[in-house]
Amino acid sequence: MAKTYAFRAIVIVYLGLLVAWPVSLVAKATFANGFDALATALSDPSVVFALKLTVIVAVQAVILNTIFGVGISLLLVRYEFRGKRLLSSLLDLPLSVSPIVVGLALVLVYGGRGDWFGPGLEANGIQIIFATPGIVLATAFVALPLVIREVVPVLTELGTDEEQAAMSLGASPVQTFRRITLPAIKWAVVYGVVLTLARSLGEFGAVKIVSGNFEGKTQTATLLVEQKYQDFQQPTAYATAFLLALVSVACIVVVSFLRPDHSSSKAQSKGLS
Amino acid sequence: MTTTAPPVAAAPEAAATGLPARRRAGRRAAPGSTRLTPTAGVGLGVALIWFSALALLPLIAVLVETSTGGWPVFWSTITNAQTAAALRLTITQALGVTAVNIVMGTLIAWVLVRDRFPGKRALEVLIDIPFALPTIVAGLVLLTLYGPNSPLGVNVANTRAAVFLAFLFVTLPFVVRTVQPVLAELDKSVEEAAASLGASPFTTFRRIILPALTPAIAAGAALSFARGISEYGSLVLLSGNLPMRTEVTSVRILSYLENGDQAAAAAVASVLLVVSLLVIVALDVLQRRVVRRG
Amino acid sequence: MSIEVSRVSKLFGDFVALDDVSVSIPTGQLTALLGPSGGGKSTLLRIIAGLEQADTGRIDIEGRDATRLPARKRNVGFVFQHYAAFKHLSVARNVAFGLEIRKTPKDQTADRVHELLKLVHLEQFADRLPSQLSGGQRQRMALARALAIQPSVLLLDEPFGALDAKVRKELRDWLRRLHDEIPVTTVFVTHDQEEALEVADEIVVINNGRIEQVGSPDELYDAPANYFVMSFLGPVTHLDGKLVRPHDVEIHTQAPVPVAGDTVAGGATGGAQQTAAAGPAVEGTVVRTVRVGFEARVEVAVAGADGADQSVEAVLTRAEARTLGLAPGAKVWLRQAPGSISIDAPAAAEPRELVAAV
Repeated sequence: MAKTYAFRAIVIVYLGLLVAWPVSLVAKATFANGFDALATALSDPSVVFALKLTVIVAVQAVILNTIFGVGISLLLVRYEFRGKRLLSSLLDLPLSVSPIVVGLALVLVYGGRGDWFGPGLEANGIQIIFATPGIVLATAFVALPLVIREVVPVLTELGTDEEQAAMSLGASPVQTFRRITLPAIKWAVVYGVVLTLARSLGEFGAVKIVSGNFEGKTQTATLLVEQKYQDFQQPTAYATAFLLALVSVACIVVVSFLRPDHSSSKAQSKGLS
Repeated sequence: MTTTAPPVAAAPEAAATGLPARRRAGRRAAPGSTRLTPTAGVGLGVALIWFSALALLPLIAVLVETSTGGWPVFWSTITNAQTAAALRLTITQALGVTAVNIVMGTLIAWVLVRDRFPGKRALEVLIDIPFALPTIVAGLVLLTLYGPNSPLGVNVANTRAAVFLAFLFVTLPFVVRTVQPVLAELDKSVEEAAASLGASPFTTFRRIILPALTPAIAAGAALSFARGISEYGSLVLLSGNLPMRTEVTSVRILSYLENGDQAAAAAVASVLLVVSLLVIVALDVLQRRVVRRG
Repeated sequence: MSIEVSRVSKLFGDFVALDDVSVSIPTGQLTALLGPSGGGKSTLLRIIAGLEQADTGRIDIEGRDATRLPARKRNVGFVFQHYAAFKHLSVARNVAFGLEIRKTPKDQTADRVHELLKLVHLEQFADRLPSQLSGGQRQRMALARALAIQPSVLLLDEPFGALDAKVRKELRDWLRRLHDEIPVTTVFVTHDQEEALEVADEIVVINNGRIEQVGSPDELYDAPANYFVMSFLGPVTHLDGKLVRPHDVEIHTQAPVPVAGDTVAGGATGGAQQTAAAGPAVEGTVVRTVRVGFEARVEVAVAGADGADQSVEAVLTRAEARTLGLAPGAKVWLRQAPGSISIDAPAAAEPRELVAAV
């Protein structure tokens, strides 16, 4: 049918112009002079530092969000308590809050010049803002709902029969979780972790505010891309951006291929993050 | 991106258990869920403390900071010509982008669900890229194609079109990914019934399909709007942040903050925060409707 | 008594699931909890298993107070309607689960699993995943899994409810034979009266959170305690102000001669039912006849007490119907068959409520 082809063509052109072509140009710009740009970038200590810091922060944020995400998903699905609906809605808040607002909010509460916990923490030698812990907090904040949104629908779908069967066979709550629940939600947790990782590696606005953006101290890879670009070291900016894009696209591809069928998923009616 | 597919093995089982489970749900207060056990209570407590420390208290601090400044400070901040221009630009561009997304997102979802062609899987991946790509990288890639050295000869850098383009890129997945699962679940026999009763394809779409998709489209649009007005990273390199012309709200907040004016930064942030909260409430309502229709 | 339920009540919100229920489940027998959906039978089973907590009351299992015992310490085998198969474990690992939890030595576990899989005819499927089995096979696996821990009681929650009619029939015959082989105290929940009558040694009829009657299948059928039990155990129809079974309605094409003597109240078992002598016949007109297999169902319009027509259903064999030459419009006389049982129909409102409940 002509209409079908027209729709298909419109979609392909639109996505091509908006996503595929621009993204592919990063690779092109990076490899314009072969591997020179990558080599130059990777011999720059500030780039190496930024990449290392980014990985360290992302790993910590992923660990925090996975533990919190799986735990709160179990509580939300398996238990009844007051304020559950409110909590479940608030957990989505990081999806719609501006990264700049996130950064500001964390600075207000944990900044040394704020009225909240900052001064007290700094008096005890704990620096959060303009230091790695602040970057981890900002990153964990923006990626907070990702694990939860993967795990909750699967847990709901799973039901309680298998867990109850395990209990009736003598399994303790810990044994039931480890032997029955965890294997059943394993893939959802993996998707959530991969998505959290992609989001964590790429956070920019919130990190810019809480880190102070000190080169070689608190500068993450995304902040470095901005600085190098504006300092007219565009090949280095492109090379770093290419590495970030590579990881995030790899994450998307991994999830897309691990996941059996994208379009038939019904649990996700709320949208993504 | 967060489209969640239950593992395949679970699907037929779910279909088998769906009906009785729902019937039981009507009768019992809470099927399968129980009141908190002491262990679960402790777990919930720890989770709430972490969530408060990480997200709730900081966001409350923004509102508190705004209220300490008082109404006059708030009002003079957001009516400041530069700030007002930024808010106006952000909101109009976000609305425009949302309108485009409603049409294009629904169309993309339609093609992904109903059409079959080689390379469809690659399109699926493309949809999710804006979600996972670091925003600064997103700005950089758009600048490469639509900037001063554009191979297309289109240069939108430092114009309002750049803001529109950046918003369009980062909000791409939302409507697609909310509409797609609902469309996939739609019972095709309903459309066939409409056709057998003499409805034209367009009438069938307008009277049968569209009403079923409306809550999902609205949810996607709300997310898309929220994401648009809060965007920062992709604009840094692309829009030039020209005061009164291409400066968006997030950039305003940042420059207040960099000038040490936390109260003003918090005032503008509160506006964005309230919009975020409204979106969350709207989503909660829409979600329930989507579930009810599904 | 193997299981002693004393004065158990349970509310879900404001819905009364169980209302002061007491019942004793005899050792070594196959007991059915029978009743309509939402009547409380599954809740009672889950409370016995410890999967649900009673609000008040007490549960004793084999003489031990189990009221506050968590499910995992009750040593109860539980089989779920939808199998609750551990999808990521093979059939053998599913069956071995309870033994692994109990840290049974490996070789002993393997022997026991093999023995059980043989018992449920699944030995050739030991290494398959549950998703590769049919529904009936999964349910047999679930049964083997529950039996593996040598439970003091075996509880089955609508075990055949999710299966199609043919498999259901096979499985219940098989369950009956299995129970004769391994006489562990077994309680199963069903809403299918035929299943209960066919399989159980004893039936507990539960409705609206209360126990209506406890007895053997014969006792329940021959001496239903009340209107509900009689109507739940099979089709019933109203004739002359009484509740009777359609196949106990005699059809005559001429007014039969009344036999002396009236109905005798109270059967040998002391229920509410009455055993009929040949009473007077009621006149009516055939409205419709339907043949279903070897049966013929005849709908007859009879003038009711208030003058309006009342419909009475009678069931005959096909041969009888042919001999009588019944066709719509034919004039007939209806009478309750001598020796059959009936219950006085209650006030008008009640039957409708009952239909809704069933």
